[in-house]
Amino acid sequence: MAENLTLPSARRREWPSWLKLPVLVGIAIIAFWIVACISIDLWPIDDPIEMVAKRLTPPSADHWFGTDALGRDVLSRTLHGARFSLMMSCAVIVFAVLIGSFVGAIAGYMGGIVDGAAMRLVDITLSFPPILLAMAVTASLGPGLENAAIAMIIVWWPVYARLMRGQVLSVKSREHVEAATAAGASHTRTLVKHILPLSWSPILINATMDFGQVVLLTASLSFIGLGASPPTPEWGSMISEGAIHFYQWWICAGPGVAILSVVLGFNFLGDGLRDLLDPRSK
Amino acid sequence: MSALLLELRNLTISFGTVAAPLDVVRDVSLSLEDGKTLGLVGESGCGKSITMLAIMGLLPENVRVSGSIKLRGVELLGQSQRALTALRGKRMAMIFQDPMTSLNPVMTVGEQLGEAITIHNRGMKRQDRQERALALMRLVAIPFPDRRLLQYPHELSGGMRQRVMIAIAMANDPELLIADEPTTALDVTVQAQIMELLQRLQAERQMGLMLISHDLGVVGDIADEVAIMYAGRICERGTVDAVFDAPHHPYTHGLLASLPQIDHTVDKLVAIPGSLPSLSARPQACRFHPRCFYAQDICRREEPQLRPVESGAVAACHFAETAVAAHRAEAEA
Repeated sequence: MAENLTLPSARRREWPSWLKLPVLVGIAIIAFWIVACISIDLWPIDDPIEMVAKRLTPPSADHWFGTDALGRDVLSRTLHGARFSLMMSCAVIVFAVLIGSFVGAIAGYMGGIVDGAAMRLVDITLSFPPILLAMAVTASLGPGLENAAIAMIIVWWPVYARLMRGQVLSVKSREHVEAATAAGASHTRTLVKHILPLSWSPILINATMDFGQVVLLTASLSFIGLGASPPTPEWGSMISEGAIHFYQWWICAGPGVAILSVVLGFNFLGDGLRDLLDPRSK
Repeated sequence: MSALLLELRNLTISFGTVAAPLDVVRDVSLSLEDGKTLGLVGESGCGKSITMLAIMGLLPENVRVSGSIKLRGVELLGQSQRALTALRGKRMAMIFQDPMTSLNPVMTVGEQLGEAITIHNRGMKRQDRQERALALMRLVAIPFPDRRLLQYPHELSGGMRQRVMIAIAMANDPELLIADEPTTALDVTVQAQIMELLQRLQAERQMGLMLISHDLGVVGDIADEVAIMYAGRICERGTVDAVFDAPHHPYTHGLLASLPQIDHTVDKLVAIPGSLPSLSARPQACRFHPRCFYAQDICRREEPQLRPVESGAVAACHFAETAVAAHRAEAEA
């Protein structure tokens, strides 16, 4: 009897409350770009580097997003550009999170001089406007996507260091950490097994939100000529090339919409993750 | 048979700066033998938990501790953190007050128990570890131990969690078990079960048990000896019978008198007047004198030292004899 009662409700799974429409849109956009990144070579589109039509043709059935000043297909270039932008963002975020979390965790756990030194370094780095610091670093290393990535890691790690330190400080004072110490756990074990597993969720949320920001900053650096160099189909440099052709709006529209969609998608997803992981935000 | 396990001598713990030190605990001397239970009783803030943290070496580094803490004759004060880490959980273990927060919420019970075992048994086989964890769960009488091992702390009740905490503390058969108000956060019915469990384990393993509590009833039931703390000092210490039957310190008397008793009908519960002085404003000389019924000039001038009294206990009061006489008179009335 009891089984009969529980069966139907078990089948009708409840829709998770954090999975709202914007989050779904975000997931769809990101999924689209990830698929594009992986399988772009198999798509029936033109080569992004070759001249496939007359220059500066407006959007048409053959070239949905038109062609640019060198007669290259804007749609194809935009889709190929996802590779650079997303992989770049991925690398920057991963390294920034790793470096930042490591420094932040050590600083928060050890306290004292280590904490003071690390956090002053963070303060100094954060006191520069991000784009200015990224520009300065890239300019001194020389233009190029790799150097832009290094610059962005330098810009971004302090954010995670600060976040992680705060988390570690708050988890460190919980009683189960003292209980672990009383049971004879070493510092490393206490930090890795009893503090870090309770500290990572804000990092994940922030990383997701920042993903879009890094895409934007990559594009900005390329736009001013410090990132990708021609003829690489990178969104920022495409917009930069298109900016001189003011009346051929479609050249900028393709990569522009791409950047917009990625930033929006990651923000939506980040909001959803926050609802899921942070009980206080409700 | 009964060898000296733990000995505190003139333990003084002070916070604050060198220029303006605040003695949280002063001149505390205690001893505990194998297989015995020592109850440490006092109001919140009297320094009992700090004393216990000092034994475990868990106080922050900027706290100054002087005197002596000896475990089996080996001095613990001044030992390196590395040496203390090797002792903690192995030879001395501790049970915390609140089982709700003392377990790691993101590790299963089995993982945490396994961790407590592995820390002091490196290279133990997975199979052996699991068997040991299961044995520990049985030891603390947790039903369905194999299923519980796979659960997370939030899936267990408070009593069960405290049992898990005890199992973790017992993981390496410690010689000394310190229980810091182990039942304060639990329901009354569960309290009795946990105390019974502690008593059984202590008898089976012949551990020394240090029970910190503000519950005189619990301490009276299971402790052999009791030390009463007030404002960072011990005011009376002796066997439970001696201290409870013939309290020689007015504070002890006040504590006992404030206990509601089931076989007495009273109009009003008795309370000790006043409140525990703050750390920075502790009275001179006898720290209890502003709240004491018997206080006279000497109490404001001279700090009473612990001295043997007729019951066999030691008490720190200038008027111990007057206090015990008053207690007896009250008991007869």
